This record gives sequence, structure tokens and C-alpha cells, in this order.
Amino acid sequence: MRYAETGFNLEVDLTRGNIERVATDPELTELYLGGLGTNAKIQWDRVPPEVEPFSPENLLIFATGLLVGTPVVGCNRAIVSTISPQTGLMAFSMMGGFWGPELKYAGYDKLIIRGKSPDLVYLWINDDNVEIRDASHLRGKGSLEAAEMIRQELGDPKAQIASIGMAGENRVWFASIEQGRSSASRGGIGAVMGDKGLKAIAVRGTNDVNVARPAELIGMCNEVMEYIKFRNENPIPGVMPILAGLGSPQEMAIHDEKWHTENFAWGNSRVRRKGFWTEEVEKKWTDTMMGMRTRLVSCHNCPMKCGATISVPGLPTYMMKCFSKLTYTMAAMSDLEFGLKIAQSATEYGVDAFSAPQVMAFALELYEAGILTDADFPGMPSDNEERFFWLLDRIVRREGIGDVLANGTHWAAEQIGNGAQEYAHNNIKKHEQLPLKLGMLNPIYFLMYSTGEKINITQIEGNYPQAPFATREEREEFCKDWVQVPNEKFKEYFLNWELRGEKSIPHYPGIEATCEIVNWQEQMHYIDDATGMCAGLSSFPLKPPYHIHNLPTFISAATGMELDEEGLTQIAKRNRNLVRAFNIRRGMRKKDEKPPADHWKRRFPELEEELLNEYYRFKGWNEQGIPTQDSLHELSLGYVAEDFLQRGILQDKESGPSGTNSSEGSAS
Amino acid sequence: MKVEKKTKIVKTIRIDVDKCNGCRACEVICSSFHATPKYSSNNPERARIRVIHYPLRDLYVPVYAGEYAAAECAGRDRYTIDGKEYDECSFCRASCPSRDVFKEPDSGLPLKCDMCESDPSLSEPMCVQWCLADALVYEEREEEVEVVEEPEEIEIGLEAMAHKFGWQKILDTAARMSKED
Repeated sequence: MRYAETGFNLEVDLTRGNIERVATDPELTELYLGGLGTNAKIQWDRVPPEVEPFSPENLLIFATGLLVGTPVVGCNRAIVSTISPQTGLMAFSMMGGFWGPELKYAGYDKLIIRGKSPDLVYLWINDDNVEIRDASHLRGKGSLEAAEMIRQELGDPKAQIASIGMAGENRVWFASIEQGRSSASRGGIGAVMGDKGLKAIAVRGTNDVNVARPAELIGMCNEVMEYIKFRNENPIPGVMPILAGLGSPQEMAIHDEKWHTENFAWGNSRVRRKGFWTEEVEKKWTDTMMGMRTRLVSCHNCPMKCGATISVPGLPTYMMKCFSKLTYTMAAMSDLEFGLKIAQSATEYGVDAFSAPQVMAFALELYEAGILTDADFPGMPSDNEERFFWLLDRIVRREGIGDVLANGTHWAAEQIGNGAQEYAHNNIKKHEQLPLKLGMLNPIYFLMYSTGEKINITQIEGNYPQAPFATREEREEFCKDWVQVPNEKFKEYFLNWELRGEKSIPHYPGIEATCEIVNWQEQMHYIDDATGMCAGLSSFPLKPPYHIHNLPTFISAATGMELDEEGLTQIAKRNRNLVRAFNIRRGMRKKDEKPPADHWKRRFPELEEELLNEYYRFKGWNEQGIPTQDSLHELSLGYVAEDFLQRGILQDKESGPSGTNSSEGSAS
Repeated sequence: MKVEKKTKIVKTIRIDVDKCNGCRACEVICSSFHATPKYSSNNPERARIRVIHYPLRDLYVPVYAGEYAAAECAGRDRYTIDGKEYDECSFCRASCPSRDVFKEPDSGLPLKCDMCESDPSLSEPMCVQWCLADALVYEEREEEVEVVEEPEEIEIGLEAMAHKFGWQKILDTAARMSKED
């Protein structure tokens, strides 16, 4: 018997209408765990670099994490991966909610979709019965609207549904996949789903998920519940409210938005508004939220309440979480009421709440600058807020200028030309980022932004405090129960970290320490993405219930695999390198690894160069960021090394021109 | 007939639908607790508590399984509470033919909550322990009940005969007949 996982994938070929249930190789679980890890392996094996995002050979994989469907608290994520139309690289986006566990209960670890349906269809996975059904009547329907219609026609209110809106249908490059109270938003994976002619996936499962060592596992789950209770009652002192607790940042529950509104940039990621957060604004926004928020809601088997049901008077109800609360508000320089209103349309249309507002603010900046003119915006209203609604509508329909903007700021700027590129200023790897513009270079964030392949800082950062604490006493206090650190060194780095002076950014933490801190934080995310654990209880917050010391035992007790810290670290490293290898094969190199030029006012080019080179060395990558032969072999990724040699991405150490590692990247 | 006053402990779960966040941890831990061996598998379909939920209508009603009902109710009503419309079944604890909750998925046999009865006994049922939102609160209520000591069947018969024939006649007859045996 397979424990924690089902041992089966569901393979659906939409071109031929073929559906197969395929047994998986348990050895792959030992090597890559599941979720993102096994997705990366499948994509590496089956999606060669010539495959374009919108070609039928591109795979769209919905994976449940390895521990999803077990009682492990908060482990409910589905990992969706494909090739991003925007970056051309591997897109992987996670969604919580209830869809992932339902797929596991239906008896599948993954749903692998290939091909393209000639007509719009949806999938109905009901345990062993899987059908491809007509969805022509759902064309143009909102994501939540379509999901409700499907539940009605299936007559099953318990079906969990992931769907796309008009943006996905029309292949908007930042289209999301929506799932009621969660979404997989980054990288434009909704566009790939739309390209495949797939409107929705409805799932219902009634099977058992077994675990190997029940008593041990449940004991640990009970401890996690106790710890969450403790942390909910005892927030961490000395950090801003949204970082003091567990879960995704508690944007739905917390009304104090001083930090976001004054530190994040407004408009097209341009203006910081010091002194914005007045008592008057706080009262107004709190009233808005309390008037529209009907309930705080959770994901499957998790006591945190990161989401909320939002009912804007006169509009259909929708659900929201985290920072999408403010992205539209801040891009339009408006208020919360506008933000919650337009987010309703945006959720039904199915667009990424980070990219979409920025694309619209970018378009209006180009208009103000005269690069785009009235001729590009026929019929655009004069009111600022109405303009955003108007633009959103053009984008998701790909009408007029909307067709250009639907490719995101990078590609839109390339197409518009005439200096528009200067306005697409907040991208990494061609993808819009959080609107942060800060003063002094932070070496830790520099490396995370540069080398991250999740394209989203919140999915890379986490366990190490974002900023130093003011006094040594506060730092000592923080370190007292900081059991999550991999080793004591990290406490030293933090204890000595000062706000000003010699031991402050950009030169402290030192290069080696910075590499270790970045590596630790990233590693925790890669573990979560394989197990399906929500980052909000693990890799994202300070002092989470799950960490490198207890995760191996959770995995081991659930699956029966032998696993210790060293083994889990090795798997995380393997998965991380395989994702990178996939992207390297698609052409990613050092030149792509940089934060937006204006992210910090004060930059240190020499230090940055040294940081990046040193981090590459630390990771076992050559000077182009390509995993070396030695590190690939050490990670049992010999097949990647061979492929790289064949393609000339790496040169053989024996026969290469210089015979040293340092020449390996020159082939690019 | 003797009538005695006795106190009895009634185990209940107090449910606050306003506090439910719809995480369904109660379903997970219930099905795990009742697995054999204990905690060896999870399947909400086997749970003896279900959250009846319609998120976009903001309906979340945790219901734990009660008695089996052989037939479905006639004329199921709808209730509007605080502006939200609930189906009568949303509050019903029965395993019944009209819906698919509280039935073993393999056999279709009805499921019933046993308040996690076990040896040693738990402080509270597991669903309550795992509900950090306090939508489920365990309560033991002491109820004073009248316990009537029911006479045995033979006593009822004898009493009736004594009334008709008198005690002496019955004793004599009983002695004679037992000798004849």
C-alpha cells in the first residue's frame, strides 16, 4: 500500500479525448517527494525546450502535495505548473482551498493535461468516473459564476471546482485559475488552461488517504494545533502586526494598513505616500471592510482564517485573501471601497491581482506621457476609477489596446516602443513584481529577487526577519525560543544585525551569511511546494509550527519513508536544481537574474556582482548560474548533466577547452 | 410502582454557526479517529460530522450525525435566518435517504456520532479539540430524570390474580401444583 499518496496520476489528452489512470513509480517519491518536485521531473522528461507555452505539447499539471489529504494541519495546497507565456520559463503557482485534497480523495496525486480541445470543455472527476463535458454554454462566464453553474448541473454541492474566467479563455498572459477562495495566479497559467480549451475542473472524491504511522503522526498534529493556539494568543513582539502571527499576512482581519500604504509604492509602482495613513483614512477603510466582509474563512484542515467572503452591495459575492486587498486601490491611487469593488470583477474575469493593477497603471502612465494617445483609448471614461474598470474590460476581452496590454507590461512595452520600455520598470524575468521601492540595498533581498524562480518574493522569503530589531535585548528575546533555525549560526547573524552602522545593510550580514540565509529561506519553500504545506504555516512566517527539524518526521510518519534532516535537505536541493535546470534549458542565464533597476535608490554594483557570484558558487552553479556537472551528479541528476553536455549548455570537464568548471557557462 | 429522581449526564456539542470558518478539520479528525487502526486513514466521507456549506451564500453549518431515519421527511421547509435562507436539512442530524451525508461510502450503512467514546475516555470529542474557532463547544449537561422502577411481568400477572382469588388461594394452588410436578 502507498501511504499519504495515492500512487496514481490522471492523464488527460484533450486533443484525442483520452483519459488514463497511470500508476506512478514509488522511487520518484523517494527522490522528489511530490507536488512541485515530481511536476518538475515530469516536465523535464516530457517538455523539451522547443515547446511553446501555447503548443499542444505543453503540459498543464495540477499536483496535490505529498501530504495533502492526510490529517497534517494546513497541508492542502495544489501546485499548478506549466510553461509561462510571460516568462517563457516554468510557471508554478500554488493554491490552497479545498480542490487539492478533493483530488487526493478522488484517488489521484496529479492531473496531467496535454493537447488542446477543439471546443470549450470542462472535466468532471468523480472518483473513478472521469468525463470531458461540453462547456460551450460557459463561455464568457465568470470563474465563480461558471463554478456555480457546474455544481448545479452536476447536482453535487460538494464538488470542488477550479475554473478560469474570460481572461483565461482569451489567453491573457496574467490570467489566473480561480477556486472560490483561492487561486493559482502567477505566471499566466490561466492562459494555458484557456489555450487548452479547458474552462474548469470539477472534482469529487470519496476515498481514503492512508498514513504509515498513525499514532505518531496524530501526536505531532495535535502538537501543531497546540502551538497554533499558543501563537494566536501570543503574537511576536517588535514586528508589524501582519508579520507577528501565523498564516498568510492577515490582510482580511487586520485593519492597520500603515505599513503597506506608506512603504509600498502607489500608481505604476512609483509614489510612496508618507503620512498617508491618518486616523480619518483608518476609520473609513475599517468601515468599508467591516461593511463588506461577511466572514473570515479557512482552507481545508487549517485553523487560520486568511481569507474572507466579500459582499459589495449590489455585486455578487466573492472571496479574497492577502494583499489583493490593496493592489487595485494603490495602483489607481484610490480607496479601499474601489479596491474591493474592482476585485470582484477581476476575480470573475480571473486575473492575477499583482500583475493586472500594475498593467493598468502602466497604461495610464503611458497615456499621460503621450506615448499612448486618445486614439489608443477610444471611448475611455474621464473618471480615474472608471478608467480602471474600462481597461480591465478591454484587457480580458483583448480588445484594442487591451490586446497589447494583455501580454503584461514587458511585452506590451516592447510592442508599443517609443520609450515605453522605461515604464515597464517593475519586472523580474519579464514578470510584474510587488510595488516596492526602497532606499538601501538589502543583500538578502537582492539575492532572493535575483535568483528566485517562483517570480514572487512572498514565495521565497520568510523565516528570517525582514529587518533587524532595534536593540540587542529585543534580539536576544527573539532568539530565546527560535527553534526553527537550521543551526545556531543564524541566531548569531541576527543578534549582531543592527539598524545602522558597521553591522547593517548592505554590508551586513556578510556575503557568506547572506548566502546561507537566502538558501535556508528558499529551501523551506521548496519543501512546502513538494509536500503541499501552506507557506503560511511553514516557510513564510516567523517561528512557524513546521520547520526543518520536524518536517522529516512528519513526512516519514505519513509516508513510511526513511527520512532525516539531511535527506530532506538533499531532496529540496534536488528539486530546486531541477526547476533551475528546466529553465536553463529554456535559455535562462545570469543576465536574467536581477531585481528592477529602481528597486533600491542606493545600489552597490560591485557588491551585488560579488554576492551573485558567491551565491552561485554556494549553490554549486557556475558563473552563468548553471548547475555544474559535479553538483548535478551529487544530486542524482546525472541525466540533467548529460542533457546539458549534449546541448552544449555545459562542456565536458575532460574534453572541454579549459577543462575547468569556470568555463561551463560560456556555451550559452 | 416506585418513582425515583436520578441525575443523568447528557453529552452535547454546542454549535455556533457564526464562528465556523469552514475549514472542515472536524471532518478530517473525526474520520481519522474512527479509522481502524485508529488514525490510519482520513476520508471526510466517513466522518460523523459534516460542515454543510455554501460559501458564496455564507452558509456554514457543522452538523454531527444522529439517529438513522428510514424515510425522508415530507415537505422539507426553508428557513430564513438573519437574511440567509437555509434548507431544513442543513440542521438535521439524521442519516436518511434524502441526502448523501452520514453514510459509510462502501456499504451505505448509517453513521452515528459516538462522542469519540474510547478507553481511556477523551476530555472532549476530537472535532471539538480541533475546532480552534470555537464553533464547536463540548458540553456535559446534568439532567434530572424521573426513573420509574418498572414491575416485572410476573408481578403484574400475580397482582391481577391476587385481586381475583386472594393470596391464600394462589399459595395453596402453587404448593399443590409444584408437588404434582
